[in-house]
Amino acid sequence: MNTVQSTETETQPSPSAQPLLALNGFTKSFGAVEALKDVDFDLHAGEVVGLVGDNGAGKSTLIKAIAGVQPPDSGEARFEGRPVRLHSPQDATALGIATVYQDLALAENLDVVANLYLGQEVANGTPGIDVLDEVAMEQKSMELLGSLGVTTLRSVRTEVAMLSGGQRQAVAIARSLLGEPKVVLLDEPTAALGIVQTRQILELIDRLRKRGLGVVVISHNLADVFQVADRIAVLRLGRMAATFDKAGSREEEIVAAITGAEFGREERPTEETPL
Amino acid sequence: MRAVDTPAGFEAETTEFSVGEMLRRLARGELGSVRVIVAIAVIWTIFQIANDRFLSAINLTNLTLQIAAVATISIGVVLILLLGEIDLSVGAVSGLAAGVMAVLSVKEGWSPELAIVAALVVGASIGLLQGFFITAFGLPSFVVTLAGLLAWPGFLLLVLGETGTVPLPPSTITDLTGTFFDPAVGWAIAIAVVAVYVFTVLRGRARRARAGLSVPPLVQALIAPALVAAGAFAAVAILNEDRGVPLAVVIVIALTAVFSFITERTRFGRHIFAVGGNAEAARRAGIRVNWVRMSVFVLGSTLAAFGGVLAASRLLAVNQQSGGEEVLLFAIAGPVIAGTSLFGGRGFVWSALLGAIVIGSISNGMDLLGLESDIKFIITGGVLLAAVTIDAATRLRREPT
Repeated sequence: MNTVQSTETETQPSPSAQPLLALNGFTKSFGAVEALKDVDFDLHAGEVVGLVGDNGAGKSTLIKAIAGVQPPDSGEARFEGRPVRLHSPQDATALGIATVYQDLALAENLDVVANLYLGQEVANGTPGIDVLDEVAMEQKSMELLGSLGVTTLRSVRTEVAMLSGGQRQAVAIARSLLGEPKVVLLDEPTAALGIVQTRQILELIDRLRKRGLGVVVISHNLADVFQVADRIAVLRLGRMAATFDKAGSREEEIVAAITGAEFGREERPTEETPL
Repeated sequence: MRAVDTPAGFEAETTEFSVGEMLRRLARGELGSVRVIVAIAVIWTIFQIANDRFLSAINLTNLTLQIAAVATISIGVVLILLLGEIDLSVGAVSGLAAGVMAVLSVKEGWSPELAIVAALVVGASIGLLQGFFITAFGLPSFVVTLAGLLAWPGFLLLVLGETGTVPLPPSTITDLTGTFFDPAVGWAIAIAVVAVYVFTVLRGRARRARAGLSVPPLVQALIAPALVAAGAFAAVAILNEDRGVPLAVVIVIALTAVFSFITERTRFGRHIFAVGGNAEAARRAGIRVNWVRMSVFVLGSTLAAFGGVLAASRLLAVNQQSGGEEVLLFAIAGPVIAGTSLFGGRGFVWSALLGAIVIGSISNGMDLLGLESDIKFIITGGVLLAAVTIDAATRLRREPT
């Protein structure tokens, strides 16, 4: 694939494999504002797709549509080839789509184990009273974090309030994996992180890929996206402006696609809009 | 937090036991209950020096009976504070529930047991009503329960009617605070409690060790049980010197233990902490936030009602002042003094009992010294302010660097 400069949205990196998630013609309006216009999007297992675009390009709207938080007005979704509904967060969760939001949603007063298992605590089957099985939760937490290479925590019993931004992000990502998802959506995972912490989170995303998950990373930071993504999808003004294979594409091309300058590949192969 | 960048996996928690480490943890506020116990020791020493009857068996027995009602109400207050909410109506609810109980048992001829149940039902219903307004309309609990603080004493006046005061003849109700156990029974209870506690600690430690998780050294694991054992045996020895271990003390400790277990060890308790820490996170994690809130407000008001029953039992009457302002102030100040945060998500149920001991000791000691209530209120207020300041100062030390 490394000879391809930029692939159109229909092109798949490995044509033999069926996409894990395929969106077709997603459109969403808020009043007069068209946040998404006829967006197609594919995601394969074991693939990291960077979703980039300027503010207001529709990145968050697309993520929310996939997560079922904000269903699109029109468009169809296929998961592992089957047509599926993504009308509620429960729909998405049931399919195996997990979302890590930018604001993390951790309870700072609870320790790492309690946060990982928040809302899905392991409890013993005492009739009437659910007594927490802390030993099982702690063991599995250490296994999970260990398998993700999260090694900077002094103890999984540390309160989240005491953790650094990167550690919190790692905990939030690890939590999304407890439900054994097939797709993980990460909203700005490296925002507000230092250099070392960013590197650790990117390594963590790499491990998600190696586990065979499909990962979508929203980011403003092209350098980060370049480091971790296999493909980069560019949204501009609600349209899928272009999709690039990382190998063989240059950062300037992507910037151009984001801003709509001369290097940009226009929206769809069929609608070549002259600039 | 010292982030140690090693690929080797998790470090074992620093479990080295030393006096210096204990003092550091104390300064960081991690050993909240130890700090309160130190405070109680200081307060008792001061009052004992001022009046040598303070630590007499009879006075300490009276102290336990004086604080039983407030400690019970405070258990509910802790639950509500953990949620990050407040309930200003607990005192008023305790008064109204006691009034209902007194009128039903004395004027209407209900059996005392049934009258107590009626009081608890009144409490639960009030909790349901207030919880409904708070969750369904998103009203601040501060305002809803402030309305309760104003309204429920009005209902108390209505219930009591013309007479104003309803004296309670000897019955199951008055027995709640008028029953004392034989010395032998007192010892048996203390030994059983300590045995169960030690057993629980050792079993938990063994389970962790079997699962390959880090365990504290045995000596460190047994510090808390040793302190509890010392406290329990000393208390029984002192109480036996007077009339024996009061039933009310056993009830309050049992209630505290039960609610401590619920908050620390059950799914419901974990959800209370989660809602208090980050309600939005709890909601996204699938926790039924409003259901948790409702349940806690019902529990809080029910415990307040039972506190009212204990207060009436001790006073041998219910009057128009039952559940008055002092009850509310003491019931909320106690847990806060003992380390439960007003901002939700941090605290522990035993702070209800520890805080009640602190406030009860100050109140009792100043009574012994014959101080007027103006001075008492000023000093109690000062203690509350000092406690909250110390709490805030130690919390700063825990912030990540």
